[in-house]
Amino acid sequence: MIDINRTNELAQVANNIRQSIIEMLLQAGSGHTAGPLGMADVFTALYFEILHHDPKRPDWTDRDRLVLSNGHINPVLYATMAHAGYFPVEELKTLRKFGSRLQGHPHREWLPVLENSSGPLGSGLSQAVGMTLADRMDKSVTSNRFFYCLLGDGELDEGQNWEAMMLAGKERLHNLIAIVDRNNIQIDGYTEDVMPLESLRAKWEAFNWHVMEIDGHNFSEIISAVEQGKAVFNKPSVIIAHTIPGKGVAEFERKFEWHGKAPNKEEAAMALSELRNLRTFGGKITGEHE
Amino acid sequence: MIPLNPKLFDKDVEQVPIRKGFGEGLVLAAENDERVVGLCADLTDSTVMNLFKSKFPDRFIQMGVAEQNLASVASGMAAMGKIPFITSYAMFSPGRNWEQIRTTICYNDRPVKIAGSHAGVSVGPDGGTHQAIEDIALTRVIPRMVVLSPCDAIEAKKATRLAALTNTPVYIRLAREKTPVITTDETPFQIGKAQIFYEPKKGKVQVGIIATGALVYNAIVAAKELEEEGIKVKVMNLATIKPLDNEAIIELAKECKRIVAVEEHQIAGGMGSAVAECLAQQYPVPQEFIGVRDEFGQSGTPSELIEHYGMGIRSIKEAVKKVLARK
Repeated sequence: MIDINRTNELAQVANNIRQSIIEMLLQAGSGHTAGPLGMADVFTALYFEILHHDPKRPDWTDRDRLVLSNGHINPVLYATMAHAGYFPVEELKTLRKFGSRLQGHPHREWLPVLENSSGPLGSGLSQAVGMTLADRMDKSVTSNRFFYCLLGDGELDEGQNWEAMMLAGKERLHNLIAIVDRNNIQIDGYTEDVMPLESLRAKWEAFNWHVMEIDGHNFSEIISAVEQGKAVFNKPSVIIAHTIPGKGVAEFERKFEWHGKAPNKEEAAMALSELRNLRTFGGKITGEHE
Repeated sequence: MIPLNPKLFDKDVEQVPIRKGFGEGLVLAAENDERVVGLCADLTDSTVMNLFKSKFPDRFIQMGVAEQNLASVASGMAAMGKIPFITSYAMFSPGRNWEQIRTTICYNDRPVKIAGSHAGVSVGPDGGTHQAIEDIALTRVIPRMVVLSPCDAIEAKKATRLAALTNTPVYIRLAREKTPVITTDETPFQIGKAQIFYEPKKGKVQVGIIATGALVYNAIVAAKELEEEGIKVKVMNLATIKPLDNEAIIELAKECKRIVAVEEHQIAGGMGSAVAECLAQQYPVPQEFIGVRDEFGQSGTPSELIEHYGMGIRSIKEAVKKVLARK
C-alpha cells in the first residue's frame, strides 16, 4: 500500500503528463488522444513508482524492461519518459515532425531509450516473452529483472497475441507482467461490438496466466497488482486495467471517436483548462507552474 | 580458379540437401558463441535444427506452429543480447510472418537470423502451397536485411557460421532436396562476394550466367555443354543477393556484354531483378531470366518441376542462345 501523500504526488505527475499529451497532440495536428489520456495513470505508476530504471543510464543492464505493444498510444510513453527525465520535456513539441526523434509510432533507432519499435499491433507481447526467455537463460549472471508489456484491448484481436500468451504460459514466465488497457474502444467502435473479447479474464486464465482486474486510475490498485504479480512464481501475470478512454477531459471520455484524432486549438484549450483546474483540487495538489 | 568439387561432372556426384549444411553450420556457430539460440516452429527435424537441439537443449525453444510469434520472440531475445536463429519453411517464415520480420526484426534493428527451408519448386510432391518462390523478393526489399542463397550444403554451412557473426538480420534460403555438392571445404566464402565458378578454357567469353542456389549446378553443366558446342560462357555463383556484389556483376557484364540470371524463384523481384536493377543503372546489357514466370508451383518430382517451369539445363542453354541472338 502507498500512503495518501504519495498518491497525491503521483496524481499530480499524471496530470502534468496529461497536459503534455494535449499540448503535443495539438502541435502535431494528428495522433491518438483517448488511449494516452486513459493510460496516463498506469504509465505514471510504472515510471515513477514501479520500474527499476535509471533515466540517466538508459542502457543499465539490470533495468526492468517495458515493451509498449500498442505503439499508437506513444504520446503517453513519450510524455511520461520526458517527465521522468529521459529527455527534455521541451522536445515533446516535436512529436510527428520531420526529423524528430519522436516518430509517429515509436522507433527505438530514433529514440534509443525505447526498448522496442511498435505500431503494427499484436507483436509486443511476443517481444516481451522473448526478452523474458533470454533473461531466464542468463539467470545465473543477472539480477532480478521484471519484464512489462503494455497492450491495448482492441489489439487482442490480433492472433499473434494468443500465440505469445500460449508460449508464456507453457514456459511459466513468472517475471513477465502484461498490462491490458481495457478501455473498451477501438477505431471502429466498442470492442464488444467490433470483436467481443469477453470473457477476457477467462481467456487469459485458460492460457495459464495469473489474472488480476483493477481500476486503472487507482494508483494503490495499480501498484499492489504489480506487487501481487511479482509474487506469483509459477506463471506469468496479466493485469486487466479498466480505464476510461480520454480520462481527465470530460468531453473526450468514453468516446471512441477520440481514439484516433488529435484535439484542435479550441478543444485543446478547453482540455488544458479542465486539467489545470483539477490539479489544484482542494488546494492539495499544486503544479510547478502555479 | 576457385577450388570446386573435382567430381562435379561425374555421374555419381555426391548429393546432399542444402538444409543439412545449415544444421551443421548452426552447431558450429553455437559452439563458437554461447549467445546463439535456436527457435523452431514445429519443424525441428526437417529444418535440421535437431542437430543444434540435441547438442544445446537449453538454448533451444520449441515455438509450436506459430511463425509470427517465432519472429517477434526472436526479436525480444536479440534485444537481450542473444543471436537467435529461427527456422521454418520459407513459405511460412519469411512468408507468413513477413510483417513481424519487417517491423520487429529489421525496423527494430535486431540481428535475428531467419533460415527458410524448402524454398523453390523442388520441394516436390507437397505442391504449390509449400513451394516458396517469392521469398527472395520478400526479404531483399526490407532495409538492413542480408539475403543469402547458398548453392550447396557446404556453402550453406559456411554461410550459417558467418551469419552468426554479423550484426544485421540475415535471411538464409535453403532447399529440401539432395542436390550436387559443388564446393569443397577449401572453397572461399564471404558474405557479399560473388564468385566465378566456371569459365571456358580458352577464347573470348560471350555470355555471363549469374546463378544462385542449387541451380548453380545446372548453370555450370549448361556452360560446359555450351562450351562443347563452341559457345563460351562464364558462370557466377551469386550466394549473397543482398548486399549485391555490384562490382563483380558489372565486371562480368563488361566482359561478356550478355547476361542470363538463373534462380529457382519468381522472376519478378528475385535475384535476376536485383542484377537488372544494378546493370540498368550502371552498365545496361541484354539480359534473359531463368525462373518461374508468374505462376504457382504444383506437385511432382523435383526434376519434373524444374523442367516444367523452365529451369532445367536445356532451358538455360536456350536462354544463353537467345541472349546471344539479341542485338
